[in-house]
Amino acid sequence: MTSKNKWLSTPYVLWSVMFIIIPLCMIFYYGLTDKTGSFTLENITAIATAEHAKALWLSLLLSLVSTVICFLLAYPLAMILSNMKVNQHSFIILIFILPMWMNFLLRTLAWQTLLEKSGVINSVLNFLHLPNINIINTPYAIILGMVYNFLPFMVLPLYNVLSKIDENVLNASRDLGANSIHTFFRIILPLSIPGIISGITMVFVPALTTFVISTLLGGSKILLIGNVIEQEFTQASNWHLGSGLSIVLMIFIILNMIASAVFDKEGEGSML
Amino acid sequence: MKNTAKKIYIAFIFLFLYAPIATLMVLSFNASKTRAKWGGFTFHWYSRLFQNREILEALGNTLLIAVISAFVATVIGTIACVAMTGMQKRSRAILMGITNIPMLNAEIVTGISLMLLFISMGLRFGLGTILLSHITFNIPYVILSVMPRMKQLNPSTYEAALDLGASHVTAFFKVVFPDLLPGILSGFLMAFTMSLDDFIITHFTKGAGVDTLSTKIYTEVKKGIKPEMYALSTLIFVTVLLLLLLINMAPAKNRAPKNIQK
Amino acid sequence: MEKELIQLVDISKSFDGEMVLDALNLNIHENEFVTLLGPSGCGKTTTLRILGGFINPDTGRVIFDGADITKIPPNKRQLNTVFQKYALFTHMTIAENIAFGLKIKKKTKSYIDDKIRYALKLVNLEGYGNRMPNSLSGGQQQRIAIARAIVNEPKVLLLDEPLGALDLKLRQEMQYELIRMKNELGITFVYVTHDQEEALTMSDTIVVMNQGYIQQIGSPESIYNEPENAFVADFIGDSNIIPATMIEDKLVNILGTRFACVDTGFGHNKPVDVVIRPEDVNLVEPDQGTIQGVVTHLIFKGVHYEMEVMAAGFEWLVHSTTLFPVGKEVGIRVDPFNIQIMNKPESEDEEAVAIDI
Repeated sequence: MTSKNKWLSTPYVLWSVMFIIIPLCMIFYYGLTDKTGSFTLENITAIATAEHAKALWLSLLLSLVSTVICFLLAYPLAMILSNMKVNQHSFIILIFILPMWMNFLLRTLAWQTLLEKSGVINSVLNFLHLPNINIINTPYAIILGMVYNFLPFMVLPLYNVLSKIDENVLNASRDLGANSIHTFFRIILPLSIPGIISGITMVFVPALTTFVISTLLGGSKILLIGNVIEQEFTQASNWHLGSGLSIVLMIFIILNMIASAVFDKEGEGSML
Repeated sequence: MKNTAKKIYIAFIFLFLYAPIATLMVLSFNASKTRAKWGGFTFHWYSRLFQNREILEALGNTLLIAVISAFVATVIGTIACVAMTGMQKRSRAILMGITNIPMLNAEIVTGISLMLLFISMGLRFGLGTILLSHITFNIPYVILSVMPRMKQLNPSTYEAALDLGASHVTAFFKVVFPDLLPGILSGFLMAFTMSLDDFIITHFTKGAGVDTLSTKIYTEVKKGIKPEMYALSTLIFVTVLLLLLLINMAPAKNRAPKNIQK
Repeated sequence: MEKELIQLVDISKSFDGEMVLDALNLNIHENEFVTLLGPSGCGKTTTLRILGGFINPDTGRVIFDGADITKIPPNKRQLNTVFQKYALFTHMTIAENIAFGLKIKKKTKSYIDDKIRYALKLVNLEGYGNRMPNSLSGGQQQRIAIARAIVNEPKVLLLDEPLGALDLKLRQEMQYELIRMKNELGITFVYVTHDQEEALTMSDTIVVMNQGYIQQIGSPESIYNEPENAFVADFIGDSNIIPATMIEDKLVNILGTRFACVDTGFGHNKPVDVVIRPEDVNLVEPDQGTIQGVVTHLIFKGVHYEMEVMAAGFEWLVHSTTLFPVGKEVGIRVDPFNIQIMNKPESEDEEAVAIDI
């Protein structure tokens, strides 16, 4: 289409400047000033205080563990699904999006019911004469909640790249003497890197920054960095400190974005 | 043997994904008011649901915001896609980069950044601010759904339409638009779903006294969730499930004779 | 003829209840350029994939160099494949692509480097080692696919429509390249194509296939000049296929006129089909012809004129360097050795079918 249509981009350009760029600038403004409006780094360095550093450390730990678990669960699943060769790409995507139609807070809360001392899971374990699990209100429950909520975001990009690999490329590898282990590590895994990066981004960022899952499944004692920031805004009303901590968070997010920009130039790892 | 293992694995994952949903459905028929124990089967919460004005109002808000924000995002996003194909490579890359920000950024950061913006603009927090926020995070979903279709588009068809005497507008709506439609529809659906399921961004951009289902549930968490909520979410889920089954069945019927021929 | 290298014995294969190959038997010799030729769905690619080991036949055996390899997986077979659309590894450089098979076999680095250099030279792409596959043109990618296969020194190279994605000029160039490479390497090529010209240009032996059956095996000349049935005649080049009656040995009644021919052994007054190639139909003055007709169409084709002549109720296709204008009355004469007699098809699948390529 011709360059005459350039004005067509105006609404979106204006919208994204107004509601994406300027708001981000405001976080930097608040994060780098104090209540009097003068420049300070205090809000950033506040991350080093024992309480905040502990929250950040716990967030990093839990989100990393969840990301790894999601990857380990999702990769075999995505391989199985992409090998089924059903002509039902959209159907498989749908299965993973469908749960979103049940409110995510309720779905997460339902794990409380499932995990309770006399809950469904322990009843089943009792029946099988297996030891009970009591992870409710512990970091383990938070990890479970993260894996549960973000698993689809790992499965979909992986499924997407894996189902796009030409079958003859795999045949070529076998033809040249590679067994299935060689083929997996030298062909399938490298070719799926865009999906892996995208999946890691899609799981790690929301897991790192969540405050809801920790509130719902961790009891009130476990504070993640997301909880700290949320409280600064809704309870303590110290927007400057909250913004400063958000900037710290964004450093991790930006690192993640750079990684995905480097490894996924073509956008092959997209979810849809 | 190998196939059985694969099937068991898939079944395990789906059990994991859908067990909480089944739990909520069961709870919606639980006569006991606590989640912890089963007090017998009842439809009580379903009838109570329709007398609970607060929940119904929150439902109304949720649907209103989802429909309007998905619609506006679809219009802006689709126009942006059309505009981007005519752009130079660099400006297009910049715009796509900006588009990715709400997708890749943490929701909490997006939420508080919009909150700070609305405060400094002096806007009154309420449905309006929620709507603006939802449109903002919905546009990327539309663009990501429409863009691949746009790239597949054969530019000659548009030129052919012009060649045959159509105006630019007619050519767009008669030739380009039908090709984009599947992408536009899935973008709309995606945006609608995301808006409906959102809690975090709504949490920071809503005003006092205005609630969506998500924020309502969040405030109820500490007092205990009203079982009417389970009833409502069961109704929503089952409705969507039935709709999707219907949509999936319809083309299956059309496909069947082809398979027989083969 | 050199010694037999591959034997396909009674190979059958069906997909979803649909028979693709039916009790196929085929012998391939050492150092032979064999082309499997036929329309899409004829089973040629399936045959190749069974040879490569990518699909298992339902019944039958694949014998390679005296050993049964029917159940051997592709990575343990001494043959390599050049795939349709190349199937290069897009995440590796050209050199890494070529080295792939050798690294798996744990060859030394100097051996691998030598091989890469040799292979790139063979396919005329010296100095491309550090490029990525997607930065190459289709023709170049094709050459890399060949290089990647041949460095493993297979006894047989399987090629699955390797030139299908290239444009006409490049395709003709690559045909000569392939013949050169085959001669240089001295190995067996099994080549799959639906392009009869490719098959005629390159092959030692052509296997014409249709609907899961082999229709004819032979040298390009014998396939072209002596097609055994109407399908082969129609598929290979243009031809006039005319129903006729064999009166006796060396005499055939075509459209009510007696023609001398050279074939014997068809019996007396037996219905047959005759094949006459358009370039074998000689147009002469009406009184000198065996039968008479009128030119109805005329097209200039560069090397020759293509004409259609209505004679004795049949539209004859004629290729000639002499021009006869539309409407001109002409005589038709055919040399006896240019009349090819074929038995009437016994089964449906031997009939000339409409071919969509």
